[in-house]
Amino acid sequence: MSLTSTGAANPFGALSANGTESVQRFSRSPKPDPGDLGGELLEVSMGPHHPSTHGVFRMDVVLDGETVVKLKPVFGYLHRNHEKIAENTSYLGSMPYTDRLDYLCSMTNNWAYALSVEKLAGLQVPERAQYIRVITAELTRLLNHTCLIGFLLQDMGALGTPMMYAFREREKILDLFESLSGARMMCNYMRFGGCRCELPKHWLEQARQVVEDFPHFLDEFEALLTGNEILLARSQGVGVLPKDLAINASITGPMLRAAGVGYDIRKVDNYGIYERFEFRVPIGAHGDVFDRYMVRVLEMRESLGILRKALTDIPEGPIMDPKSKLRGFKPKAGEAYGRIEGPKGELGFYLISDGSANPFRYRVRPPSLINLTVLEDMCLGHNVADVVIILGSVDIVLGEVDR
Amino acid sequence: MLGTGLIQGLMETAKNFVGSYHDEARLVTVQYPEEKIPAKENSRNFPFLVYDGEDPQAGLRCVACQICEKECPPKCIYIVKSKDKKPDYTGKAQLYPATFDIDVSVCMSCQICVEVCPFDAIKMDQVFELSTSDRFATLLLKKTTLAKPNAYFHQIHPTDAAEIDGRLAEEKRKAEEKAKAAAAAKAAAAAAATTGTDPKAPPVGGAAKSPTN
Amino acid sequence: MLSLDQIKLRIEQAVPGARVELVPNGALADQASLWLDAAHAVECARFLRETPDLSFDYASNVTGVDWPDTTVKTKVKKVVEGQETDVEESVVKPGFLEAVYHLYSMTRKHGPLVIRLRTANRTDSVRLPSFTPVWRGAEFQEREIFDLFGIVFDGHPDLRRLLMWDGFQDHPMRKDYVEPDDYEYEPTPHDEVLEKAQSRAAKEANA
Repeated sequence: MSLTSTGAANPFGALSANGTESVQRFSRSPKPDPGDLGGELLEVSMGPHHPSTHGVFRMDVVLDGETVVKLKPVFGYLHRNHEKIAENTSYLGSMPYTDRLDYLCSMTNNWAYALSVEKLAGLQVPERAQYIRVITAELTRLLNHTCLIGFLLQDMGALGTPMMYAFREREKILDLFESLSGARMMCNYMRFGGCRCELPKHWLEQARQVVEDFPHFLDEFEALLTGNEILLARSQGVGVLPKDLAINASITGPMLRAAGVGYDIRKVDNYGIYERFEFRVPIGAHGDVFDRYMVRVLEMRESLGILRKALTDIPEGPIMDPKSKLRGFKPKAGEAYGRIEGPKGELGFYLISDGSANPFRYRVRPPSLINLTVLEDMCLGHNVADVVIILGSVDIVLGEVDR
Repeated sequence: MLGTGLIQGLMETAKNFVGSYHDEARLVTVQYPEEKIPAKENSRNFPFLVYDGEDPQAGLRCVACQICEKECPPKCIYIVKSKDKKPDYTGKAQLYPATFDIDVSVCMSCQICVEVCPFDAIKMDQVFELSTSDRFATLLLKKTTLAKPNAYFHQIHPTDAAEIDGRLAEEKRKAEEKAKAAAAAKAAAAAAATTGTDPKAPPVGGAAKSPTN
Repeated sequence: MLSLDQIKLRIEQAVPGARVELVPNGALADQASLWLDAAHAVECARFLRETPDLSFDYASNVTGVDWPDTTVKTKVKKVVEGQETDVEESVVKPGFLEAVYHLYSMTRKHGPLVIRLRTANRTDSVRLPSFTPVWRGAEFQEREIFDLFGIVFDGHPDLRRLLMWDGFQDHPMRKDYVEPDDYEYEPTPHDEVLEKAQSRAAKEANA
């Protein structure tokens, strides 16, 4: 690997708000082939109790020296058959369980599930509830991406500092969630046809304050990281995901956009009230770990724009569809697939109703699991240390991978 | 120039380090358990049962309808209905829970029991220092530990409690009025029966108003 | 996006011999689905992905559904002892396993197109063609269906259990799955848990 700047223009220059045009690109020269040294392949089991695997995830890695020649992910350590549990409870009873899928982003999980049930039962969500949903979902995106960047940097060896800064900011958003829904992480806030409770007094002002302060933190965070030569050298040209493979392997979310595909479900489906907001979809050019980092940073800046508008425009009014019932909720027979752009990718819920109080079939489309499809393709030919950051850049939460 | 990014980053950490000695915004941790962040009004963790008046068991609002037991997603509530009835806040005879157990080691604090309760009898508590060395005995909360006064509910969720008290007072007033009206009608009927008029006849000329007529 | 009828017609024109059937949806009319026959399914899938004006290049959600056997009761007129009477006859409709694919197009930004494949029954003939060679995104999801529902996908490059361990026998997402009695009970046993606890206590007393 050479540490000389190639001087390539930063693809994010046009989108970046604080002068990241100056980011240099480092080129990775191919490693010299050592020739046949007569050694044998070494099989290593990474995980499930390895701090870099973000939970209980295991990779069976076959190494030639330090180079990965084969990698098979092993799942199921956190499997609790979420879908079976949901098929044995009422529609409402599964709502708190969705919090525990991707436990960093309970608000978006709630929304995806509520959206699917609303499609199934034909419920309309009132204006104010739609705004609350957008606000909470975008706050969730902020907290997910800050945390992910903290973890990613931890994986790169920046032990502590970036993650502590990320957690400091995350705490402010979690405080908002707590005063809104009662819990920091397991919010269980949305209901079919609206939201559970009205915003507390002064909540909007507090949220505005958080959104106001956030760009300052992001600037600091980027000053700490984006120009850092070690980060650039570690992440550029690592874990490259080609565009065609990304589409064919159903990759979604920031990973897909970093590979250069402009596909954002907020734009494509216009679910909720997203057509009222103007925001740009950041797209990467190289599909490497650095692009994934950068796409997330820029997505946060776009989210802040959505939040600012939503927090000013939010109207007064009811927050629940009067047709929605809490108990005895039985949608008519049929099926529905609803999906949203979660912070990690397309989060979908597929429901089949047979007219009874429990769903006949309940399926979660987990973005974390499906984004791991290409983990082997991205890791082949890289070092073990790179596997750790490639996995970190995929952004998985094991609660959702294993369900 | 190679290295400027690194130096810029180090300046950032220096700013945070020095700032953590005087800047409120960078000084975010509190020294638990000496210092505690006040709980937010909406905070929730485990449910408790609200009682009115002095006696925790006689004043329980719960009428053992078992809706929360049925709706609880992890099924951590266990209720046995009473054989006899006791009067509730409006004076109507109601069942009460002979047994009401919540296993807080199973409870996932989702608040669905609170939402589905038609009697405002179960509410979310805010105590969180519940760690214990015995998983089976101490984390199974019985009716006696679960019962907490309405005053406590006012203390932790003032907005909610005020709203519910208003609603219950209104219901009570209505129930009392209804009872008064019913009693008056009964008295009138009794009076009418003694004077020999048909009690089923519609009150003509204010017959129900006064028995001296 | 073309309507489902049009897509059905296009498939039938492009893939000779393919049987395509429209499955209506009672709740959401625009999410009705196409039932492809297993023999021509992969060809149909290739056609759906590669035709420029369809280009369903993105298999978003792949999942299984277990439809257990159902008993249908019908009244049949029969001549019993020279008299015509209504006799109730119950016919067992065999159940089947189903693989459902939700397809979208990333290039043309349309969708979803819902495709279903059905097995003949739930016991011995549970093979379906794999779509993983067409859409790699189906790889883990088909493995999950194999694991939890027991559909065997022909042509899948790496068909192993995904979430359960390798030695595991049953398929947990099937409707008739009975969970093993091997966990610690909560201290307030009631309802099914109580029944189970009692049966286990009885078993232990006998042993």
